[in-house]
Amino acid sequence: MYSLIYLSITPYFLHMDFYKKITYYEKKMGKKLSIFGNIKASHENHENWEPLWKNATPKKTYDFIIIGGGGHGLATAYYLSRIHKSSNIAVIEKGWLGGGGTGRNTSIIRSNYLWDESAHLYDFSLKLYETLSQDLNFNTMVSQRGVLNLAHNLSDVRGAKRRLYANQLNGIDSEWLDTEGVKKYCPIINTSPDARYPVLGSTLQRRGGVARHDAVAWGYARAASDAGVDIIQHCEVTDIHVSNNKVVGVETTQGRINAKRVGIAVAGYASNVAKMAGFELPIATHPLQAYVSEPVKPILDCVVMSGAVHVYLSQTDKGELVMGAGVDKYIGYGQRGSFNVIEEQLSACMQLFPLFSRMRVMRTWAGMVDTCPDASPIVGKTPVDGLYINCGWGTGGFKSTPGSGWVFAHTMFNDAPHDLNKAFSLERFYSGALIDEHGAAAVAH
Amino acid sequence: MLIIKCPYCGDREETEFSYGGENKKRPADPYSLSDKEWAEYLFFKKNTVGWHNELWNHSHGCRRWFSIERHTVTNEIKQSTPSQLSMEENI
Repeated sequence: MYSLIYLSITPYFLHMDFYKKITYYEKKMGKKLSIFGNIKASHENHENWEPLWKNATPKKTYDFIIIGGGGHGLATAYYLSRIHKSSNIAVIEKGWLGGGGTGRNTSIIRSNYLWDESAHLYDFSLKLYETLSQDLNFNTMVSQRGVLNLAHNLSDVRGAKRRLYANQLNGIDSEWLDTEGVKKYCPIINTSPDARYPVLGSTLQRRGGVARHDAVAWGYARAASDAGVDIIQHCEVTDIHVSNNKVVGVETTQGRINAKRVGIAVAGYASNVAKMAGFELPIATHPLQAYVSEPVKPILDCVVMSGAVHVYLSQTDKGELVMGAGVDKYIGYGQRGSFNVIEEQLSACMQLFPLFSRMRVMRTWAGMVDTCPDASPIVGKTPVDGLYINCGWGTGGFKSTPGSGWVFAHTMFNDAPHDLNKAFSLERFYSGALIDEHGAAAVAH
Repeated sequence: MLIIKCPYCGDREETEFSYGGENKKRPADPYSLSDKEWAEYLFFKKNTVGWHNELWNHSHGCRRWFSIERHTVTNEIKQSTPSQLSMEENI
């Protein structure tokens, strides 16, 4: 059918007026991506696409520098320019954009967290995800296909229901499915009562799902670059310059760059960048492994997570099953974990989905997750004036990308936290006001 | 999988061990510490890139604590020493 439409309208494309109209439209609308632009590009043999973002060379001075060009850093730069109308912003990345956790996660988004503080923050982030493609004019492939959190024993059921009621009180959609309900929602799960880990029920967040992780980084980078943010790749920060307890700039592999305010959004390396400014963090960096299977036809149309048997998986549009493991118990920066973790997780997966037993694993990899003692992030001010920290998202960084960027931009711009991240300060480790989200974090750490 | 040398039992596979984190010195008198000092002992970490002195427990073996020097990037393990923790407090 599409080819028919294509044939019938092709003669019109050959008419010069059409190109003039598109050129006019592009000038009027800026660099907006649209179906007309795509058609025009295909007629030009895709030779004239602009790069999504410009690679900037560092200026001498910036108002805001964000260290770390992952999802969180790029989102922060984007919201600084869009919401707070700031200019003169740079994002500094030591590798390439989205090459850390942003490009390595299992791309799950959800907001069913227990405590009010986390529930509000993660749900705000999920709401931003719902309109992200429109906001950024870039397809982030958000797919709200539903997230199941399985319960396998009585303690799981109680914990899950407690979280479910807390979610409902916070206005977050969450419902309880009994064993039959789980079987109906996701028929390929083994719900036999004889199973080693019988499925006693599950919470379901229908608004949860997956998004395309790379597209989130690229979309933010493109939108930020369009707004005038300097994106500097392959530039490692080697020191932070502090004078009279106030940040004045950073030393990088491309020379010194001065800045009035500096934000750290480097996930696994947070402790090391903080050390440059002279303070420690309550962060432990662990390897977190994930892997994909060979691609198969559509079989799994939701996200299934199980804290007790420890597996979480979904199927990509390409057909691969993406599965996430638990963290390795030791601190590790090598971006690789131990094989026994993969083995344990595969056995959990086989138990839940016996039909996957003959599938082959195509790739495995590990990222580095910055875990906090209470499984909640740290977003806020630091002991150094003008220096801000955004870390500790642990295994939940991807789902929080837009919300994290939003509140971090607010914190950096106003030199004071947003209502949503007030509770996530570094001081909570001194005062004892921890936000224990070990139950809601998918991965035990 | 790491092969870790228990100072009592020799080389064993990682799955026999539990991780104890950074090898910190315990405060001699915890009650005399301020909230900040106590938090720093309890929560804050060096989280080192490179050689890291850390505690392990041979939980599926002799169940004793010991410390090793491990490189957190390459996972190379240099030495393994019985921990003061097990010797003094017999945990």
